[in-house]
Amino acid sequence: MTSTSSVSIKHLDLSFGAVEVLKDLNLEIANGEFLVLLGASGCGKSTLLNCIAGLLDVTGGQIHIKGENVTWAEPSERGIGMVFQSYALYPQMSVEGNLSFGLKNAKLPKDEIKKRVQRAAEVLQMEDLLKRKPAALSGGQRQRVAIGRALVRDVDVFLFDEPLSNLDAKLRADLRVEIKRLHQQLHNTMIYVTHDQVEAMTLADRIAIMKDGLIQQLASPSEIYNKPANKYVADFIGSPSMNFFLGAVNTDGAPTFETAGQTIPLTGYEFVSSPAAGNAWMGIRPEHIVVGEAAEASDFKIDTSVEIVEPMGSDTVVWCEVMGERIRIRIDGQSSVEPGDTLRIGFDAARLSLFEKTTESRI
Amino acid sequence: MADAKRPNQLLRNLNAKVAAIPMVATALVVFVGCTIWTIVHSFTKSKLLPKTDFVGLDQYERLWKTNKWLISIENLAIYGICSLVLSICIGFFLATLLDQKIRFENTIRTIILYPFALSFVVTGLTWQWILNPDFGVQKIVRSLGWESFAFDPLYNQDIVIYGILIAAIWQGSGLIMVIMLAGLRGIDQEIWKAARVDGIPKWKTYIFIVIPMMRPVFVTALVLITAGIVKVYDLVVAQTNGGPGIASEVPAKYVIESMFKNQNLGQAFAASTMMLVTVLIILVPYAYLEYGGKRRAK
Repeated sequence: MTSTSSVSIKHLDLSFGAVEVLKDLNLEIANGEFLVLLGASGCGKSTLLNCIAGLLDVTGGQIHIKGENVTWAEPSERGIGMVFQSYALYPQMSVEGNLSFGLKNAKLPKDEIKKRVQRAAEVLQMEDLLKRKPAALSGGQRQRVAIGRALVRDVDVFLFDEPLSNLDAKLRADLRVEIKRLHQQLHNTMIYVTHDQVEAMTLADRIAIMKDGLIQQLASPSEIYNKPANKYVADFIGSPSMNFFLGAVNTDGAPTFETAGQTIPLTGYEFVSSPAAGNAWMGIRPEHIVVGEAAEASDFKIDTSVEIVEPMGSDTVVWCEVMGERIRIRIDGQSSVEPGDTLRIGFDAARLSLFEKTTESRI
Repeated sequence: MADAKRPNQLLRNLNAKVAAIPMVATALVVFVGCTIWTIVHSFTKSKLLPKTDFVGLDQYERLWKTNKWLISIENLAIYGICSLVLSICIGFFLATLLDQKIRFENTIRTIILYPFALSFVVTGLTWQWILNPDFGVQKIVRSLGWESFAFDPLYNQDIVIYGILIAAIWQGSGLIMVIMLAGLRGIDQEIWKAARVDGIPKWKTYIFIVIPMMRPVFVTALVLITAGIVKVYDLVVAQTNGGPGIASEVPAKYVIESMFKNQNLGQAFAASTMMLVTVLIILVPYAYLEYGGKRRAK
């Protein structure tokens, strides 16, 4: 593993005074991998990135980049390039100046600097912006310059600290694709911090979901979506978020889940280990609840009445009360549902996620 | 349906306009009016009371032949250039030191800013004692055993203006430091991070990135210091009263003394008009560069 890993973090601790921000964190990032650190604000994801960059001194543990121990190396000696949320461009310099300032400072030969700047400008399609000052650029262009500044450093590892958070929704979508294209073109290792799950799902090879300085789950986007490791991950990923029911797993005969007087068959659910009886949360995603004919064919079906309808064009979110919980159902945007309608809904056991009640981890 | 009529532009925000009238009047009468009155009377031979017997440029000719005025101008030039450069350098340097996330920052900041709370008269008297050879620095060093030590700038015609300069910098650099510190705090932390990732040493980051970004702060500091330089008067009066001889005279003191001691209004007005002209000579090209340049860039 170590031979192919690009960045490896071992037993990393970081505390500010008495506040422990990162606790015994281990992470192996493969060569050319796109890893996204995802979490709500204050979960330690940016802190972790700053530790990898060397902008924060760690309290304990080690960081290796390309097999070299860089725990105490200066940021510029780690072979990393970094892109910041606020772009952090040098406002008094032209785009060209921004790209070349670090290289000039490293005393690189002039033609080499020129070659690298030219290449970065080509890759990011900003050759005609080179003479402009950052103030004369749009937000998207500024962020491309910031990416270019990381690019000219000719490094193996790129670090992105919420690079798209300052952009409006449309630009964000455009630049997201551009970053993905860049990754496919360069095959560099990229570590990307965001609180936006869409960015995480679309960009990542693997996502690390963080909470309170701990990695809750480190897996591919599809696994995180389909098999969240605990209730926090299940709740965090997906929009609208997952519906939860509190009840109990019954293992007398075929396993079932019992809540509010209803019995939901669990045949077809992939238990992590052999099913055990006990209190548990049952989660089902709004888009995995089906209506109409599909509901009739489901493992479990129930009637409910529609409370609120939120049409969103491509699909419609329906709120209704089922088994004592107010739940969200995502249905096709063209279906006509009115508040007060009776709706037959159903879902399959294979689509469920079950979590132990106290530990909230997947069972 | 009748079109809504465009309201009279004069009556919009009427309350604000009424409230601004006293200040506008004050500005017009005090600043513009009095300046013009002063300039006009500088061409007369007014003595104790203002008169309108015009004598052309006589007062100016006399002014530029007066040794005391020439020394005043020379002193102002030395004092001005040194205090401008030193205040900005020392203020910025102290601010960068305070910006290193040190402990007791508030305490140190207060201590350095504290002299600014003292008036120039108190500052002048304090430094007169400190620089007095009989009980100040010279006395202390001599009593430590260094018998030949001599440090008496206020009693030496050649360097007396530097003695005044020390007091002025001690008093004023705290304010400049606070302004610079506010400017440094306004720099996005991510700029520092980006420069570190780029491998740019700290001093280079300051010179090539941070200082250019702090241009407005430097302009503010410059205006404050310049205003203080031109009107320097009380510090000199408290410290040396222009002495030894006339070695530490300054233009503002010349004006006041012509007016109230020599009862020579015409001469005082000519001197103050010259001070105004000096300020304009500095200010006009600067304003042209600053504001005229901006309009061209947009």
